[in-house]
Amino acid sequence: MDTLIRDRSPLTFHDIDPAPKPRIAIRNLEFFYGNTRALKGIDLDLPENRVTAFIGPSGCGKSTLLRVLNRMYDLYPNQTATGEVLLDGKNILAKGTDLNRLRTKVGMVFQKPTPFPMTIHENIAFGLRLMGTAKSEIDDRIEAALRGAALWEEVKDKLQASGQSLSGGQQQRLCIARTIAVEPEVILLDEPASALDPISTGKIEETIHQLKESFTIAIVTHNMQQASRVSDRTAFMYLGELIEAGETAQIFTRPREERTSDYITGRFG
Amino acid sequence: MASMTRRKAVNAVMMALSTGAAALGLFVLAVILIHLVAKGAGALNLAVFTQDTPAPMDAGGLRNAILGSLIMSAIAVTIGTPIGILAGTYMAEYGRFSKLTKVIRFVNDILLSAPSIVVGLFVYQLLVVTLGHFSALAGAVALAILVIPIVVRTTEDMLLLVPDQLREAGLAMGAPRWVVIRTIAYKAARAGMVTGVLLAIARISGETAPLLFTALSNNFFSLNLTQPMASLPITIFQFALSPYDNWQSLAWAGALLITVAVLALSIIARLVTSRKEKA
Repeated sequence: MDTLIRDRSPLTFHDIDPAPKPRIAIRNLEFFYGNTRALKGIDLDLPENRVTAFIGPSGCGKSTLLRVLNRMYDLYPNQTATGEVLLDGKNILAKGTDLNRLRTKVGMVFQKPTPFPMTIHENIAFGLRLMGTAKSEIDDRIEAALRGAALWEEVKDKLQASGQSLSGGQQQRLCIARTIAVEPEVILLDEPASALDPISTGKIEETIHQLKESFTIAIVTHNMQQASRVSDRTAFMYLGELIEAGETAQIFTRPREERTSDYITGRFG
Repeated sequence: MASMTRRKAVNAVMMALSTGAAALGLFVLAVILIHLVAKGAGALNLAVFTQDTPAPMDAGGLRNAILGSLIMSAIAVTIGTPIGILAGTYMAEYGRFSKLTKVIRFVNDILLSAPSIVVGLFVYQLLVVTLGHFSALAGAVALAILVIPIVVRTTEDMLLLVPDQLREAGLAMGAPRWVVIRTIAYKAARAGMVTGVLLAIARISGETAPLLFTALSNNFFSLNLTQPMASLPITIFQFALSPYDNWQSLAWAGALLITVAVLALSIIARLVTSRKEKA
């Protein structure tokens, strides 16, 4: 196994960026929906304070991979993962992992905006209260989170309005604010801008750019331009396999694999 | 072109048939309501609410029956709602993929359509025979058994309508399952769940059969739950079949009261649902 990982390491993140230490290390990850193998022997590092983009045609397993990283798949029967996913050296796939704790460390923003049916204030206070944040701190933390998600100026006068009354783009930034409020280590973004207009998308991308100062980010996207704009690293997946991963610039300008270049140039997918 | 003409003809016939069927249904309903209002409104007066059921040919009202119905329905809802909501929550949230849920759903559907007289007989065996006498409590339990399947069904249906994405979003914040259910799923499904409870109240407020063998009835004012208690449906049943004019007109008044109450509940249920849709 070790040799296998080392064999691939030239493809992972060494080229230009001096590789920061990996925050998440995926080792020989396999995933099954019932008997269907949806992820095949994935090995990948997600380096700290970098944005890693996952690209690939629909059904290639990129969303599945993301849902392994916070064990969201646990909710459903007949879904199993084998291998290792190391977060700070600990295998999160191990039995007895505290899922609630894991998910406070690995936050997630979904494709469709999912504001909770409560006020903007409550949407963010939700996670803070779960963590036992002191009452006196909550308002400040909410403001900081909303600023972090570039939403503060738009909502500061209506924190008591329903989260669902916001526009789609604002809702998505509210979801990002909610996620960063609890200060996770890793943020998973599952096509966060695919339901949004170009202006909202631009704002989300700016936000992502800011966020990597403090967080490790994994983003799934169908949009190749978006991947090239927001990410430092790109991983190309196809039919459940990780075909190639590396510096975004390298993947987009001189991919090593033919399938990668075919996909990037739009020959399939 | 011929086939087009035929299709248009078939369409016209089908439309006429369905419109006719709808009109017939509405017509019957209108006749009942008009008749009820005409007969019942005349019999309604203050005494109906302030005096108890009279002896034949005497003046009186329905106070003990109205109060009895309110008390027994309230107890039934108090017992039935928590059980129904918890069961529905299990089915939609914790046990969504379990076989047990399928079994519960099947049994619940049977219970939902079980003749209420069977429920009455069951509680008669369970409480009246064992305790040795009829009681308001037995009546309330019989009504609660009718409440449970309705609340189970609406709770499950409404929770299943809450998008999984919302649940996942809650769990992704690190919230334990029960927090997600309580603060997110219930909140999103609240209007529908409240509607279910209101519909259950509407259903039991007109039930006669389950009370016949349980609460029986009582010609006097009584708040004692261990004794027989009057109720509107049974009083209507008893008075309507009697040969006495004053009893018959009180039966009309009672029927109008129940109908208006059920109508009001249905309207409230609608308002609750539509308010949710706007939000």
